[in-house]
Amino acid sequence: MSITQKATALVVGLGLVTLSACGSGSSDGSSGGDSKTVTLVSHDSWAVSKNVLADFEKRSGYKVKVLKDGDAGQAVNKAILTKGNPQGDVFFGVDNTLLSRALDNGLFQPYEAKGSDLIQPEYRADQDKHRVTPIDTGDICVNYDKAYFSEHKLTPPDSFDDLVKPAYKNLLVTENAATSSPGLAFLLGSAAKYGDGGTSRSSEAESGGGWPGYWKKLKANGVKVVDGWEQAYNEEFSGSAGGKKAKADRPLVVSYASSPPAEVIYADPKPKTAPTGVAAGTCFRQVEYAGLLSNASNTKGGKALLDFLLTKEFQDDMPLNMFVYPVREGAQVPPEFAEYGPQAKDPETLDPARIADNRDQWVKSWTSLVLK
Amino acid sequence: MTRRSKGNAARLGLVAVPVAFFGVFFAYPVAAIVARGLKVDGVWRLGRIGDVLGQSDVRHVLWFTAWQALASTVLTLLVALPGAYVFARFDFPGKQVLRAVVTVPFVLPTVVVGTAFLALVGRGGLLDELWGVRLDTTVWAILLAHVFFNYAVVVRTVGGLWAQLDPGQEEAARMLGASRLAAWRRITLPALGPAVAAAALMVFLFTFTSFGVVQILGGPTFSTLEVEIYRQTSEIFDLSTAAVLTIIQFAAVGAVLALHAWTVRRREATLRLVDAAVTARRPRGAGQWALLAGVLGSIVVLLLLPLAVLVQRSLDAPDFGSYRALTRDDGGLFLVPPIEAIGNSLRYAVAATAIAVLIGGLAAAALTRRDAGRFVRGFDALLMLPLGVSAVTVGFGFLIALDEPPLDLRSSWILVPLAQALVGVPFVVRTMLPVLRAVDVRLREAAAVLGASPWRAWREVDLPMVRRALLIAAGFAFAVSLGEFGATVFIARPDNPTLPVAVARLLGRAGEVNYGQAMALSTILMIVCAVALLVLERLRTDRTGEF
Repeated sequence: MSITQKATALVVGLGLVTLSACGSGSSDGSSGGDSKTVTLVSHDSWAVSKNVLADFEKRSGYKVKVLKDGDAGQAVNKAILTKGNPQGDVFFGVDNTLLSRALDNGLFQPYEAKGSDLIQPEYRADQDKHRVTPIDTGDICVNYDKAYFSEHKLTPPDSFDDLVKPAYKNLLVTENAATSSPGLAFLLGSAAKYGDGGTSRSSEAESGGGWPGYWKKLKANGVKVVDGWEQAYNEEFSGSAGGKKAKADRPLVVSYASSPPAEVIYADPKPKTAPTGVAAGTCFRQVEYAGLLSNASNTKGGKALLDFLLTKEFQDDMPLNMFVYPVREGAQVPPEFAEYGPQAKDPETLDPARIADNRDQWVKSWTSLVLK
Repeated sequence: MTRRSKGNAARLGLVAVPVAFFGVFFAYPVAAIVARGLKVDGVWRLGRIGDVLGQSDVRHVLWFTAWQALASTVLTLLVALPGAYVFARFDFPGKQVLRAVVTVPFVLPTVVVGTAFLALVGRGGLLDELWGVRLDTTVWAILLAHVFFNYAVVVRTVGGLWAQLDPGQEEAARMLGASRLAAWRRITLPALGPAVAAAALMVFLFTFTSFGVVQILGGPTFSTLEVEIYRQTSEIFDLSTAAVLTIIQFAAVGAVLALHAWTVRRREATLRLVDAAVTARRPRGAGQWALLAGVLGSIVVLLLLPLAVLVQRSLDAPDFGSYRALTRDDGGLFLVPPIEAIGNSLRYAVAATAIAVLIGGLAAAALTRRDAGRFVRGFDALLMLPLGVSAVTVGFGFLIALDEPPLDLRSSWILVPLAQALVGVPFVVRTMLPVLRAVDVRLREAAAVLGASPWRAWREVDLPMVRRALLIAAGFAFAVSLGEFGATVFIARPDNPTLPVAVARLLGRAGEVNYGQAMALSTILMIVCAVALLVLERLRTDRTGEF
């Protein structure tokens, strides 16, 4: 063998070592066959206290592996794409705006989790087949900057109708309904409130009825649309830490009902009261579900994990980790939540089937109506 | 075996590894996801291409994508080429640090840079305060941000070669009566041509596929192909439209690469390279001082000011509160304290750099000879394609392509550095190739005549001359990996966030402390990157004696 050939062999060998190193990485990476590991696939917002998860692992004997797979929409889409050979056993994080997509694609297999009878009735879904289990809920609402409204001696808006009043001209910033989950929820809230004017065809948009008519007025009243929640809240909203530094000039933002509590909890020192508030009549309710993935390799472990998600221990722990409300009756809600971000008494809701039928068409009409 | 065919066999061997790498980790996953979108019941629905192209929206997006990329590239070259000259030829205090610092924007995630940049061009920003000019949500914000991001690409690729060009040749030309301009145009410019073209190509590809900048600074009314592909794949889940858009982007990038290959091939020539340390000297005369001042001024305004905004915001909490908060385990947001994200980032970056340098180095070595066959030249262009394909396409492709043993890598940590290396390899190749090709082939021949094997000739002739380029390339690969966000979020990963991912998650939650921590982590990301690049520069200067 000449030196050239040796060198070539060395180089190719090195490459193969690299490749095989990758290959060996997969043996501990997949949950296949290893019934002592249960894999949870979720979105980036998944969080749980260490000791709570450790408790479950100790009690059940399963090691929990968590895979975070992008934002909520991406995670669902990827789970559907890989449903023949799923990455894990349980998926957590499909909400009511995307539920039909998951169910229609056969993402989940039936399992009625222990404790399902303790779920507050209004959150239950798919009750005949039990393919999904509701885990948490939260409201998307307009948040307002208290300082701005007291300085300007203005009453903050309280309803969808208020937002189109001249007093609130050029004050609201929201997110692109096509790319942002709160943006979509706000659009769905307006659709739940005003209907689509009898039909979802875009000709309706010109007739002035339904949500398209509402959004026309909102646009005329100077609503600003940015691409994502981060830009809306941290750059444009005058009530946030980032917004103050960026001299933001929009005192109204589409955000979460749990944002005011977060402003209190994540402040140092903690303020006596929240700097922001929630316009209670502008809320759209989201519910997040989990389910046992079709073709899961560890169904037994997956079922145990689903049971765990409904335990009081997990439901109590969840609010401060993911800034959502529990669905289990009697689960504890932190005092900051009750005080600064109470759940809306009468939020807008939409039947998942209605969302499924109209979502894409509405987003399309909304895009050409508001963005163009 | 004749020497010639032996050489060919060696080259084929060198090419085999990168080809396998790109085949498995790029071509196959992308093909798989495109097929998923366009193949229905085993039949290709190519008619969809016509349908999608027929939509005026799509044509509008295509047009915007192309012209903003071209404008960004021209603007970046205009602003950065004087910078490349200054860094190559002038000696001034703090030069090394500054060269590392101008590369920092390149690694910052766009979520963060968006914030910083708005502070410059947006409401209450510098321009607003001085002249009442607001550029946010205008195309100017996008173009300037592209300059901010890509400045280092030009300074490092072009400057790296420029510093090693023998100034004696230009001086000789002037001695023979050529004007300063003529000497520059006839001697330096042709020598620099390939490097400028390479830099322009990379800037073009980066801006053509721009994603975060367009979304954040342009707002929802501006859309590039990359943004559309992301929306269709990730939000709307219309894989067939996404597949068509991917093909369109692929075709456009392919056309640009072909054009590039065609123009560059006619210009590359053997160059006389010298040690960079002897070509730089203190500026002389008012003109040179003015040039230096102008370049430094543009760097301060365009690059340092936005970075300074981040640092300042990270320090707003008293007593480094935002930094202290990073070390607290806040019981859930990360499962690990954010400070551990630094360790994760460094580990991924080292792995990605090693892969990129190995694969890119082999590819560059194989591509060195300009008399290489057509196959090899085509391979040159193919290596650049990953820069032209959306991270979301590759990420989703990985999911459905690499899901069977022996390559079930979907939940393995190695997938992240592999995806990052895909972006790093083109940098390694582009940085090394002009220098490798500039090495006089007669040196190698002389070594061979004296009995050296090709391997030894490479080690003793090429390696010392390209060590500098190799380190620059490694620096790029490292920086790309540190700041890489797209592939990292599009790949499912165990819960060990990298710095950019941690920053994004902090910004995704309300609350002052979260915001402060995001700014603090961004500042740390900048420092880690700057230090890493400085260390690489030190490595280089320690060895200059060997030139």
